[in-house]
Amino acid sequence: MTHDILLAGFGGQGILFAGKILAYSGLMDEKEVSWLPSYGPEMRGGTCNCSVCISDDPIGSPLVLEPSILIAMNTPSLEKFVNSVKPDGVIIVDSTMVDIKVERTDVKTFYVPATQLASDNGLPGGANIILLGKLFKETGIVSAETFKKAIEKVVPAKKASLAANNLKAVQIGMDFNG
Amino acid sequence: MAVVFERPKSFADIPLHYCPGCTHGIIHRLVCEVIDEMGIEGDTIGVCPVGCSVMAYDYFTCDMIEAAHGRAPAVATGVKRTNPDKYVFTYQGDGDLAAIGTAETVHAATRGENIVVIFVNNTTYGMTGGQMAPTTLPGQVTQTTPYGRDPKLMGYPVRVCEMLATLTGTALAQRVAVNSVPHIREAKKAIRKAFENQRDKKGFSIVEVLSTCPTNWGMSPVDALKRLEDEMIPYYPLGVFKDANAFPEKEGE
Amino acid sequence: MERNLMKGNEALAEAAIRAGCKCFFGYPITPQTEISAYLAKRFKQAGGVFLQAESEIAAINMVLGAASTGVRAMTSSSSPGISLKSEGISYIAGSDLPCVIINVQRGGPGLGGIQPSQADYWQATKALGHGDFQLLVFAPNSVQEMVDTVTKAFDLADEYRMPAMILADGLLGQMMEPVTFPEISAKPVEKPWAANGHGNKREHNIINSLYLQPDVLEKSVKDRFERYAEIKEKHAEAELYMTEDAEVVVTAYGATARVAKSAVNMAREQGIKAGLIRPITLWPFPVKQMNEGSKNAHTLICVEMSMGQMIDDVKLAINCSKPVEFFGRTGGVIPKPSEILEQIKKYAKGGNQ
Repeated sequence: MTHDILLAGFGGQGILFAGKILAYSGLMDEKEVSWLPSYGPEMRGGTCNCSVCISDDPIGSPLVLEPSILIAMNTPSLEKFVNSVKPDGVIIVDSTMVDIKVERTDVKTFYVPATQLASDNGLPGGANIILLGKLFKETGIVSAETFKKAIEKVVPAKKASLAANNLKAVQIGMDFNG
Repeated sequence: MAVVFERPKSFADIPLHYCPGCTHGIIHRLVCEVIDEMGIEGDTIGVCPVGCSVMAYDYFTCDMIEAAHGRAPAVATGVKRTNPDKYVFTYQGDGDLAAIGTAETVHAATRGENIVVIFVNNTTYGMTGGQMAPTTLPGQVTQTTPYGRDPKLMGYPVRVCEMLATLTGTALAQRVAVNSVPHIREAKKAIRKAFENQRDKKGFSIVEVLSTCPTNWGMSPVDALKRLEDEMIPYYPLGVFKDANAFPEKEGE
Repeated sequence: MERNLMKGNEALAEAAIRAGCKCFFGYPITPQTEISAYLAKRFKQAGGVFLQAESEIAAINMVLGAASTGVRAMTSSSSPGISLKSEGISYIAGSDLPCVIINVQRGGPGLGGIQPSQADYWQATKALGHGDFQLLVFAPNSVQEMVDTVTKAFDLADEYRMPAMILADGLLGQMMEPVTFPEISAKPVEKPWAANGHGNKREHNIINSLYLQPDVLEKSVKDRFERYAEIKEKHAEAELYMTEDAEVVVTAYGATARVAKSAVNMAREQGIKAGLIRPITLWPFPVKQMNEGSKNAHTLICVEMSMGQMIDDVKLAINCSKPVEFFGRTGGVIPKPSEILEQIKKYAKGGNQ
């Protein structure tokens, strides 16, 4: 079983961090994983995407061209990648940031107002993790337990409050129905 | 019979390849005398340039490294950073240090690299047959300035010590000459001070030595020494342009 | 051993420290800068010298200086920066000095782009500077293999007194994968030739590449080529994947080989007898493995992220005994598995039978 995941949005939305947490979650589950960022001259604000592969088998190309899962955090990203998603794939959209709808009917699309939810819950910058929570809920690729371990691995102990915020954000995503 | 004059121990007893009347031999000797007097031959690593002194690695009996043209300060940096307790010096000519190696020179000084640079300025590229150097004087005839150096076309000569004296990392920038006994004595004192600076971890020390090139200047050795006095020193005044500890806060650590 | 996720560039840097590298001199350039940043931080704890040089030229000459004194020294850059280092690399080779140089390739020529590329194959294997000389050139294809290669590169560089290059690319440098660091026993190598101060205990050592007498220079070059011959005999490496019965064999190295392997797997699922030969060393080129892996093939397809540079070596390795086709993307474009599969299918149908 292989999950080819593409996360895309603006620089500064935490795309790379969310991808890293996903990859670490795969690592915690003893899977083969890869994480590949797009890299370019823009440090902030430009488009940014990140390929994550989680598989039972060795990973060939780490570049995800036909994602089975797409997380889109802005309109240009959704427009750019919507047609590359595999049939029966999953698209998770931050509907606070994206004002268009997915017209394809051969994929499952979930709209989560993640940026608004993050703001309402005092979790600025937490939209990326809220979207991950929704992804975990809908696909089961990572359990809450594994995610917690991954967060502990990635977030240094001295920043424990950040870990707590991330756990809170993932729960909001998992609980969101829409 | 008491010995009153002998070859320095760290100066290899082999014939030099330099032209008759060239002052490289004197400058080599001064460096070796300082190495002997400080007793540091076994702890010294020298870096040679590309130019007339390219084969100086045979003449100095300390360990030696041959660098690419202009890169001696970078090579010396690599040596010194990994061997901070050793003495490291470069021996470079004007084309090497002030043209192709300007960046390496300036940045070694900027970093306060704790090395000694012996800079031999004879206003010409000697080894390749006498072309214009960055230090060639206005009006000076060379192979590549057959009508004399015209600053409007070829720019002005570089005064290296004055330039490097503006940098905080420079501990010593001193210009000396080897055209007379008093000047030679002064030159040796400067070289000694540069090596002592390195021992005391004061930063980058450069001693610019005004030198002659009778062959490419087309002069007798005596006339060449006279030209140094009459033409070079007025343009390149002798003296100390900077003498300081580049890292004073480190004192007493 | 604990598996950790690390970027290729950072894993390379950590592996270098574990391999006994004592100094790094570099200059920032995308996509390899993480190596510098990582070492700037880690050398402080691990004990070593990090210095950001004023230029690539200065950096490689600092490596020359440090290597002259016998310490394990490293620099890294990306394509345009490697061009600047070529002068120093020639001097290092001519002075018989060991060191490790990393090239995290990006697209060229000129300023080119910053996306992954393999267009520096010729430069690395044929002409990294003036004069008769070679570098050891390693082409890892995963973060783990980058780690394992660093130690090997330092060891062989020391053993044969020559520079070694790790030819990576932006994809390998930027991606994260699980990696483990084996317990390394950096081989302590005696370096009686080092210019590190003779302490009045031996004759002075001279590190030099100047030989004004043609016969003396010729001898020094020939001596070096005798060592090269031994290296070709002993140290050429390649991975053969499903080549035993393969009728169409893809040759690819580095990141491209990963994509090619996916394509080979896809071809096998469709019943096509495809295989992959992946050179791990580009110099020495794995000539024996090329012949072994292609013995039942009617066609070879060389796939590269360039306009076709390794293909010449593939043809020479098999003495042009079979058709060697080419497929490449360049400028920073990474080939897709489906594109390579298309090529395999095209020739499997018997185009060259």
